[in-house]
Amino acid sequence: MSKPVVATASLAGCFGCHMSILDIDERILDLIELVEFNKSPVDDIKTFTKQCDIGIIEGGCCNSENVHNLKDFRKNCNILISLGECAIMGGLPAMRNGIPIKECIEEAYLDGPTVADCNEKKILPNDDEIPMILDRVYPCHEIVKIDYFLPGCPPRADLIWNAVAALVTGGELALPYEVVKFD
Amino acid sequence: MNTDLNQILDKYKGDATRLMDILTDIQTEEGCIPSDAVAQLSERLGISRVEVEQTISFYHFFSQKPVGKYAVYLNDSAVAEMKGRTAVAAAFEQEAGCTFGSVTEDGVIGLHNTACIGMNDQEPAAIVNGVVFTNLTADKAKELVAGMRAGKAVQEMVTELGDGVNSSDLVQSMVKNNIQKKGDVIFSTFESGSAIKKCIEMAPEAVIDEVKSSNLRGRGGAGFPTGLKWEFCSKAAEKERYLICNADEGEPGTFKDRVILTETPQLVVEGMIVGGYALGAQQGIIYLRAEYTYLKKYLESVLDDYRQKNLLGNNIAGKEGFNFDLRIQFGAGAYVCGEESALIESAEGKRGEPRIRPPFPVEKGYLDKPTSVNNVESFAAVSQILVKGAAWFKGIGNDKSAGTKVLSISGDCEKPGVYEVAWGLSVQEMLDMVGASNTKAVLVGGPSGTFVGAKDFSRKICFGDLATGGSVIVFDQSRDILETVSNFVDFFCDESCGSCVPCRAGNGIIRSTLDKVINGKGTKADLEKLTELGTIMKAANRCGLGQTSFNPVVTTIKNLPEEYESRLQEESPYVPTFDLAASVADSCEYVGREPNL
Repeated sequence: MSKPVVATASLAGCFGCHMSILDIDERILDLIELVEFNKSPVDDIKTFTKQCDIGIIEGGCCNSENVHNLKDFRKNCNILISLGECAIMGGLPAMRNGIPIKECIEEAYLDGPTVADCNEKKILPNDDEIPMILDRVYPCHEIVKIDYFLPGCPPRADLIWNAVAALVTGGELALPYEVVKFD
Repeated sequence: MNTDLNQILDKYKGDATRLMDILTDIQTEEGCIPSDAVAQLSERLGISRVEVEQTISFYHFFSQKPVGKYAVYLNDSAVAEMKGRTAVAAAFEQEAGCTFGSVTEDGVIGLHNTACIGMNDQEPAAIVNGVVFTNLTADKAKELVAGMRAGKAVQEMVTELGDGVNSSDLVQSMVKNNIQKKGDVIFSTFESGSAIKKCIEMAPEAVIDEVKSSNLRGRGGAGFPTGLKWEFCSKAAEKERYLICNADEGEPGTFKDRVILTETPQLVVEGMIVGGYALGAQQGIIYLRAEYTYLKKYLESVLDDYRQKNLLGNNIAGKEGFNFDLRIQFGAGAYVCGEESALIESAEGKRGEPRIRPPFPVEKGYLDKPTSVNNVESFAAVSQILVKGAAWFKGIGNDKSAGTKVLSISGDCEKPGVYEVAWGLSVQEMLDMVGASNTKAVLVGGPSGTFVGAKDFSRKICFGDLATGGSVIVFDQSRDILETVSNFVDFFCDESCGSCVPCRAGNGIIRSTLDKVINGKGTKADLEKLTELGTIMKAANRCGLGQTSFNPVVTTIKNLPEEYESRLQEESPYVPTFDLAASVADSCEYVGREPNL
């Protein structure tokens, strides 16, 4: 039997969850024995080349590209996991959710201390190639069906390891207090 | 600020724990709490500015912005909506020239929404500068606004008076009692002073034993045995103890305490004096919701009457060393203050945030001293138990619930009002009693209680089955139950103090998921998630609000599933509410580009 295929992506996140994936240390060698990676920043494969068994999503959706990516993952992965606070709740990027989008754009491109003096022509990025900004940051499960949620900021490496190992081996997910406590 | 702050501060001896009273006085005088008052209060009371501001911002009836010379607070709870609030609100808005949530440009009229004001049997109702107006219609709203424009005093606009004490000189209110059924305990005969006479012949421990053996359980809803609570408090090491009467009745649909305090406050006051004797407490507080400010003068006169008879104060009824006095503490509009530890925080002049327990109030309550908090009706029952005996009391009701219960019944029935019944009445018997027909559902215990449908009308109203603090709301076949559930979900979102995440976020998730269902995008999985969320909230929140606020949703999913089924997307396991085109429309328009979907 071929090895289960895993894909990962970071949407509106900080890559911290991916750092935590790498934080499984030398167990990454075991992981490679257990699974094969497809589209993922871990191996730098940019497009899906086959149907995957497990998709792991870091980050929520703040723009149209995130949405397309997420939908692409849902289509190409049998099981989809929201990994970390931003994928599950929107996280830090969602702090803008209480602020009208117009004010966010003004702050980012016109009035913010790092741009106020250098955007003399008051240019707002509007090229067709640039992703469109969403009115607020959405958690992944509001856009596609998510099968599992692994909390944390970032989730502990052991939690990620335990979850992936349980899915691949069909065992029960070990959830000792140490791997889900956040402070 | 025109108000003389010195005078107000002197009245409360510059005591920061009396901040609620101080703010109430300023709000009443000024129509707001001006920022210079905040600064002065901070300095004079020796607390930080933030401590003053956070108390102001917590309560619905305090405002740092002017609320209008005439501040109209129109109830927007479910039964008000059922009884025609929408038309009344529209008339107010049209005549006043401003919308709800705002004040007219000239500052004369302010229109504000408010949660249930305890008038469910005479809705739509509003409070204008503390004066209650009931059974409003669009025409009456127009008359009221005309009166305000003419500069009339609010009390002058009261054209008819209610029954009983409501029409007395000290109350002069149009509120009606609507006592539809008198029972053996609360609305029964009672000779003023008799319970006190009885208690001073007994040892304090014997009084507690009598209450314990009566099996009286707390009448506010939770049903904790009153005698046991008293025993815990009386055994606390600290000798400085307090007794508090919880008259906050904020549960939408409850108005029985209002009627008890209007018609038979002596029973309540006397029950407190008995409690003071039993616990060895020196000071009692009646925490009364701000909505009932119209009863203030009358209740104070009742207390004065007891003082004059030497039944309140020092050496009560000639008993050396039996010293106990009472004061009335007003709330300022916050449902969560009905929770005993939040009530205590509020009585200390702070935000009404429930405390983490243990320690329980009986060990560390008001001012960190042992405190027993009991419901209005519990105290009233204690007075009768003392006079007529525990055995007599136990003989009423059923095996799980002793005594009677005063129910406040409203909604779709011919005779809404207050009914004192023996515990153990079935829902169907209750419906027959109030003249309800064609009933679809009954909400027993208010939004934090249980919705039941026809298949459960044989269930009994008592502890162990359908417990209630008094609120019963009837819905006939014409009602859309989800509309009512939606109203209650808004209520809990507003009233959550925000301390526990599973309450603050949980109620928000309930709100958005229910919207999804109402908009025809819900799935069975969404309903399962709501039920699961209820389990989490019950386990993870610190107070009764967060532990029950999912009930309108969860109990209707369980007991009235047909209300949901027709709206669900049966086939699909997952339906998102997300709409890419809508979510990028604003940003694209602002930066000047065509959405490229």
